[in-house]
Amino acid sequence: MKVSLFVTCIVDQVFPQVGIAMAEVLERLGYEIDFPPAQTCCGQPAFNSGYPKEACTVARHFLDVFRDSEYIVVPSGSCTSMITHHYEEIFKDDSKRLEETHRAAPRVWEFSRFLLEVAKAEDVGARYDGVVTYHDSCHALRELRIKNGPRRLLAKVQGLTLREMDVAEECCGFGGTFSIKFPEVSGAMARTKIESIRKTEAGAVVSIDSSCLMQLQGVIDRAGLPIRTMHLAEVLAFR
Amino acid sequence: MTGAPSETIKQTLDDPRLQLAIYAASGRLMDHRATAVDAGVLPEYQDLRTQANQIKKHTIENLDYYLEQLEANVVAHGGTVIFCRDGQEVADFVLGLAKKNGARLIVKSKSMTSEEIHFNERLEHHQLEAVETDLGEYILQLAHQRPYHIVAPALHMTRYDVADVFTQRLGVEKEVVPENQTKIARAVLRGKFLQADIGVTGANFLIADSGGVVVVENEGNARLSSSTPKIHIAVAGIEKLIPRAQDLAVFLDLLGRSATGQPLTVYTSFLSGPRRGDEVDGPDEFYLVLLDNGRTKLLTDPEKRQSLYCIRCGACLNHCPVYRKIGGHNYPWVYSGPIGALITPQFHDITENGWLPFASSLCGACAEVCPVKIEIPKLLLKLRSEVTEAKQKQGAEGLERLAFRMFAWIMSHPRIYLLAGRIGATLAPLVPPVGPLNKWASQRTLPRPAKQSFHQLWAARKRQ
Amino acid sequence: MTSRDQILADIRTALSRSQGQPPAPLAAPLLRGPRFDRNLYVQTFVQRFEKLAGKAFVVPDAAAVIPQLSSLLDGKRVVASNAPFLEACGITRLAQVQSGFTDRDALRDACAAADVGVTSADYALAETGTLVMLSSRQEARLVSLLPPVHVAIVPRSRILANLDELLSLLPKPAEQSSSMVLITGPSRTADIEQILVRGVHGPGEIYAVIVEA
Repeated sequence: MKVSLFVTCIVDQVFPQVGIAMAEVLERLGYEIDFPPAQTCCGQPAFNSGYPKEACTVARHFLDVFRDSEYIVVPSGSCTSMITHHYEEIFKDDSKRLEETHRAAPRVWEFSRFLLEVAKAEDVGARYDGVVTYHDSCHALRELRIKNGPRRLLAKVQGLTLREMDVAEECCGFGGTFSIKFPEVSGAMARTKIESIRKTEAGAVVSIDSSCLMQLQGVIDRAGLPIRTMHLAEVLAFR
Repeated sequence: MTGAPSETIKQTLDDPRLQLAIYAASGRLMDHRATAVDAGVLPEYQDLRTQANQIKKHTIENLDYYLEQLEANVVAHGGTVIFCRDGQEVADFVLGLAKKNGARLIVKSKSMTSEEIHFNERLEHHQLEAVETDLGEYILQLAHQRPYHIVAPALHMTRYDVADVFTQRLGVEKEVVPENQTKIARAVLRGKFLQADIGVTGANFLIADSGGVVVVENEGNARLSSSTPKIHIAVAGIEKLIPRAQDLAVFLDLLGRSATGQPLTVYTSFLSGPRRGDEVDGPDEFYLVLLDNGRTKLLTDPEKRQSLYCIRCGACLNHCPVYRKIGGHNYPWVYSGPIGALITPQFHDITENGWLPFASSLCGACAEVCPVKIEIPKLLLKLRSEVTEAKQKQGAEGLERLAFRMFAWIMSHPRIYLLAGRIGATLAPLVPPVGPLNKWASQRTLPRPAKQSFHQLWAARKRQ
Repeated sequence: MTSRDQILADIRTALSRSQGQPPAPLAAPLLRGPRFDRNLYVQTFVQRFEKLAGKAFVVPDAAAVIPQLSSLLDGKRVVASNAPFLEACGITRLAQVQSGFTDRDALRDACAAADVGVTSADYALAETGTLVMLSSRQEARLVSLLPPVHVAIVPRSRILANLDELLSLLPKPAEQSSSMVLITGPSRTADIEQILVRGVHGPGEIYAVIVEA
């Protein structure tokens, strides 16, 4: 069976290893990978900054690129929900594109959800020796209702111990341009998360959103702490 | 960001005592709420939210009808309804009434609406003393400060701050034990209750089919304010209406739990006018002041009018990671937190308050706990595009718009995107952190673009 | 144009409604039934009342009320409301009890000076440990509000399951009285450093006596 990857602009340019890891896991499960090379971005940065028309331009491109894809797998909760929950708003005055959105949305799958609900694979044969904690990224948690899925997948990773932090559901403080418009508040929010992560004594924090991980790693490195951030796909690709 | 109070935000962030006070107080309220709405305790919680949303939607969309019904019923029970367009009209009415009755002293229970219109200040220069009787509000009044939180107004003050305020303003000996401080306030305020000519309360709900106002509280000052003076005035925004007394079953189930985790607050008063027939006590006159002050403006937008559903429980504040860092005083208006960010730019100038919709990471925690299901993040996003449009008309923020136009162009042209990516990856180590990069770098190390993009890695992989 | 007319006109314009236009239909209120058996009402009420830091007693009949309350009322200045049930329980015959007030000022002065206010209650709500008091000739507002201690003596038959049942019985409380108050626990605040303090303005101590017969 064939699946198309929408790696997202941040993975493409900053964390390509996440995309590779995701592809490896899917191939391990017997999927043939299609990577439409014309892909770029879902348009969220423009939309969240109050520029819906500009976001529209990018969103149209996304729909065109993935027109023929049966399964679109995405290593990000926020990009997935941008397409499945917010394209509705972006295209509300464009009935043609709105219809395309309605056809595309059910075919867009956040990675962990794809594994559990389509591939029906909870154990992907991964092995990772260490203690990790899990960060619930906001769009994934509240818009896509992803909470237990990634934890079930982590539970099946041999050698891995999952220790919950007490503020797993609190926002990391990224919020796109929020991190630049209100840097002190954004930093303070991240430091609260890091403090909670430290208390778990986990060596790594895992999430399904690279933007959160980028925010957290930035604060971790500034504080000189020995904690690494890993995307779920990277953990699952470990052997 | 332009317009945001960056200096005071930094001060708040750098004050460890204040940070702890805000975080602990809101955290406690979050925990209490969670216990009270747990599926084991209140299995119908989600249904109640849906019902509350539907009742509010219906009421707001037929507001004129219910206002007229409310008015007729208040009058039928011997009360009077005064419609006021703004705070000045409220003050004029109260001053006129006070003059007619030779009133000198007003006791007030907690009312965000009255704070909104600077009620106490408007009466100050007319030989009319208005005393706040809610303990937290009383302390703030003595200290000349604004409330920090809808439900916990003096959250930011320590017992030592309170001791200083009492010593300076009441001339009492320094007292730092909260229980004793409460006793001091109780004694002073009891005298006021018994002497007051007029009692002013807010209203949590206005009941159209009954001509009634519902006031919830824990202290007893609203009961006293509406029972000892001869005149009772209730001041409420027009959006506080619900159609039927029986709808209280839904709203009272939600309000206390969402605010403080209490299934019911200590006192829930259902008041419908002056005392009747042979009732022994109660006021002789009852006035219901219905305030517009811009609410009709919010009604005009069908998508954003749900901002008026708010029942002022404060849950959104407690759960907001931004509020929990910057606290109530960094918001420009009396309403803070997510609801404040939502309604302030709608009531007031949108460009002046344009930073508020952006002071959010859109995490959605507020929408999850809002008892009347206001879609706060969705509306904040809508406001963001209205802010950028307004700024464009003013000719401001041109650079940002240009940046996003370029973003859209790059992202819809794959070859340009790939080229831009590679240029960025090559130049990144050479670029000093300026502008947005500096903003990022002030708090975190900068991420570096990967030496090879996924596109490149994948192409290489395929070649093997 | 008066403010009233202006405001209503602005509302109608905003909503595209016309004067006199009836509202869209609204679903009937959904009132919940009781969650547990009527036999458990007394027990549940006592439990919830005490969880709120009230103290509740259950006595078999009216004659058992005074012995139960003697330690609370002895040597105290007491004001009792005019509820006939209090007379039936013998409260109004006690020497230290003032009652029978019909003058507002006299009542107020007596309550302001009293140590204890004794009332009955129109209803009690089991699920929340709530006392429901409607203002009337029998029950003045201030008896349960001014004195620092409030004692409510309630016949068991007046205990309802919850607020929903109360609103089913009284769909329009405004028709009964100018004031209906639900009392759920002693007066409290946490305004100073989030530290709980009782008895801010209303009574800091509350007692309920449930009379079974």
